Amino acid sequence: MAHQSELIEEDILAYLKSHEEKTMLRFITCGSVDDGKSTLIGRLLWDSKMVFEDQLASLEADSKKVGTQGGAIDYALLLDGLQAEREQGITIDVAYRYFSTDKRKFIVADTPGHEQYTRNMITGASTAQVAIILVDARKGLLTQTRRHSYLVSLVGITHVVLAVNKMDLIGFDQQQFDAIRRDYEQFAASLGFGDITAIPLSALGGDNMIEPSVNTVWYQGPTLMNYLENVPVDGDSRAEPFRMPVQWVNRPHLDFRGFCGTIAAGTIRQGDELRVAASGQTSRVARIVTMNGDLPEATAGQAVTLTLEDEIDISRGDMLSALDAPPSYARHPEANLVWMHDEPLQPGQIYLVKTATAVTPGRVTAVQYAIDVNTLEQKQVQTLGLNEIGVVRLELDRPISFDSYRQNRQTGSFILIDRFTNATVAAGMIIAAAPVEPSQAVMPAERSGAGNGLPRRVSLSEAAASGTGVSVVDLTGYREPLEFDVSDSFLDYLGKGNRILFRLRDVEQLQAVALLAYEQTLSFEFDRTAEGVSVLLFKRGLRSGARVSGDDGTGI
Amino acid sequence: MSKNLTHLQQLEAESIHIIREVVSEFSNPVMLYSIGKDSAVMLHLARKAFYPAPPPFPLMHVDTTWKFREMIAFRDKMAAECGLDLIVHVNEEGVRQGISPFTHGSSLYTDIMKTEGLKQALDRYKFDAAFGGARRDEEKSRAKERIFSFRSANHRWDPKLQRPELWNLYNTRIKPGESIRVFPISNWTELDVWQYIHLENIPIVPLYYAAVRPVVERDGMLIMVDDDRLELKPGETVQYKSVRFRTLGCYPLTAAVESEAATLPEIIQEMLLTRTSERQGRMIDHDSAGSMEKKKQEGYF
Repeated sequence: MAHQSELIEEDILAYLKSHEEKTMLRFITCGSVDDGKSTLIGRLLWDSKMVFEDQLASLEADSKKVGTQGGAIDYALLLDGLQAEREQGITIDVAYRYFSTDKRKFIVADTPGHEQYTRNMITGASTAQVAIILVDARKGLLTQTRRHSYLVSLVGITHVVLAVNKMDLIGFDQQQFDAIRRDYEQFAASLGFGDITAIPLSALGGDNMIEPSVNTVWYQGPTLMNYLENVPVDGDSRAEPFRMPVQWVNRPHLDFRGFCGTIAAGTIRQGDELRVAASGQTSRVARIVTMNGDLPEATAGQAVTLTLEDEIDISRGDMLSALDAPPSYARHPEANLVWMHDEPLQPGQIYLVKTATAVTPGRVTAVQYAIDVNTLEQKQVQTLGLNEIGVVRLELDRPISFDSYRQNRQTGSFILIDRFTNATVAAGMIIAAAPVEPSQAVMPAERSGAGNGLPRRVSLSEAAASGTGVSVVDLTGYREPLEFDVSDSFLDYLGKGNRILFRLRDVEQLQAVALLAYEQTLSFEFDRTAEGVSVLLFKRGLRSGARVSGDDGTGI
Repeated sequence: MSKNLTHLQQLEAESIHIIREVVSEFSNPVMLYSIGKDSAVMLHLARKAFYPAPPPFPLMHVDTTWKFREMIAFRDKMAAECGLDLIVHVNEEGVRQGISPFTHGSSLYTDIMKTEGLKQALDRYKFDAAFGGARRDEEKSRAKERIFSFRSANHRWDPKLQRPELWNLYNTRIKPGESIRVFPISNWTELDVWQYIHLENIPIVPLYYAAVRPVVERDGMLIMVDDDRLELKPGETVQYKSVRFRTLGCYPLTAAVESEAATLPEIIQEMLLTRTSERQGRMIDHDSAGSMEKKKQEGYF
């Protein structure tokens, strides 16, 4: 562990000072053992000098004994535990590894093996900011690449590294690398990633891991470590409207009433006005209290204690929010649900829904459709089994405060808990409040247009871009006549066999959708639901046109 | 706009969130306090989580009766300073049987005085959640440990019953008799812990600092002569050396390292330049491969 060892030896205080400024990055690696995933992580640990001598001694011994590198150091064995676990019949799921450089501390979520891949990957990815998707340069994109990428996008990771590994085995060929990169960019276009960085690597040989490789002079981009140290990931949620789920009310004596929680979005300062999402009551921040003294401001990610100027009723389960941009408050969220338990989902049965703010009894009233993680095709199903993903409608016993998951991973996520076994059975990501709740049929005023009688033009390109299973177009907010602007990507999305669910406010809106279907040669199915009207739009005869060629042979 | 949160600020926030979640959702939590540096950080985080109130749970120390004397003195002082109730539990049955690390071997001794003692204490006080200061980077088998680790009514850790942990949403539901072990500093490394102690001026047991102490060399390790229960074997002599401890436990089982590091920056400097991991000084890990895994299943932390 000798990074910056000169500075450590000569001026430890300066070293400590500089390391107080380090930031943190959590990432996940996606790929199988065959892609060299363990070697890649082992190499990062190794090269950041986080391997101690006693560990090195056992690594050398293990390399000779069971290594796959002919007695040379087998970096993958640094992560082992896993082999031993397999022999002992212990469940293998997510393991967390740690290393740090002078710039950042890293937490790696390592999800080994093929078994339970969806469940484990979703778990590991839920806290990750970056995903490294591994591809074997000899094989290019496989079904598993598509599956991993979809899961990564579903969990809201927007920074993606396409690690094209084993470049040494194709002679560091630029053309092949470029072809893989192009293939991937084309495929991933519908997944909505913020950025994709393709890096030609040999984890085994160390090429482009830490230092630029002499074998790839044609490559001008960052090395893997360079990327991990510099990719900007913070700050996104700080400009968002303020959100703080109240975790605990601190009341040591009658003169102090502090509201404790972790800020999920935004920045708060003394004197800022706040709203309690559920009750609508407002107050101002009196103090931001910490043991190290009051703070003038606090920001997303910090765990704080706020006192307010007014005595208003707030308890655990409430969400404090910006005055002018409160979260949704509703009983019927619609969500992507990942089923994680052997016992399949029982629609209609009560589960406990744990969100950032509350544990609320609730049920899944309908599975709109499931997603095939290998083909990304939608399919109509009655329920979800282990490792299956679908879009569902929830009905909660009482309203909760939430945001869409796309807007905020903290306030838009939930887990489902079985009431009888207490098992965590599913993970959910809220898409939006379901369109119309029977008790709440008033439309937002800003959506009713200027009242000039002109049709409202609705762009349909966004629905297509959200290829992560969120293909719901909600029209219930519009009162005026509608016309649609249709993009090529929207039609392309349907052309691949996907379906898009339109939620209508009433049957009058059907005409606009029917006209769209007529003009674009599409078909639709019509349903009257408890909440209103829904229409499923699709292209007939193309339901199996979207398969990816090539399979990784794992059969999953 | 303020700067990005540093890694220590993020770790601190995560730990505070975990500690608050436990207090919100459990009816009778306890913090297991082992008096070491990790416990020191955990206790400090608990104080921060509830400031200006003291943490709303007691501290509990499972005393094997073989701890360093300086640890016991430090323990009592910290509990008083923080305004916390301190529960000290000793496995009296083990004491009656005269269990000692010298005569019974580290494995049986640890099982009876630590693991059994802990289970007794948890049963007696009916705690439904127990904080522990374990970290995932300490040992390979801990890398996949949950932050909220479910234990059956007889305190067993069943890998098949561990719940997936997503985001910062922790499943805290248990049935009567079951419990959860909670590890708020799971994501901290040894370096993080030391940096944080330095940054926040957290008090630690003086044994972490180098001083001239009486030691004997045994099985290649330096064992401190903390009281007269340590009987010298033939050929052993008490030597006075400048030593310190990287990890603290029962004195007969905890090896000292020769060192001159007498300040916190010097300790960190030494740690950064050293080439062995901290658990090397703990005999429990040497017993057998996979020993930690086995001990966890039996109820050890």
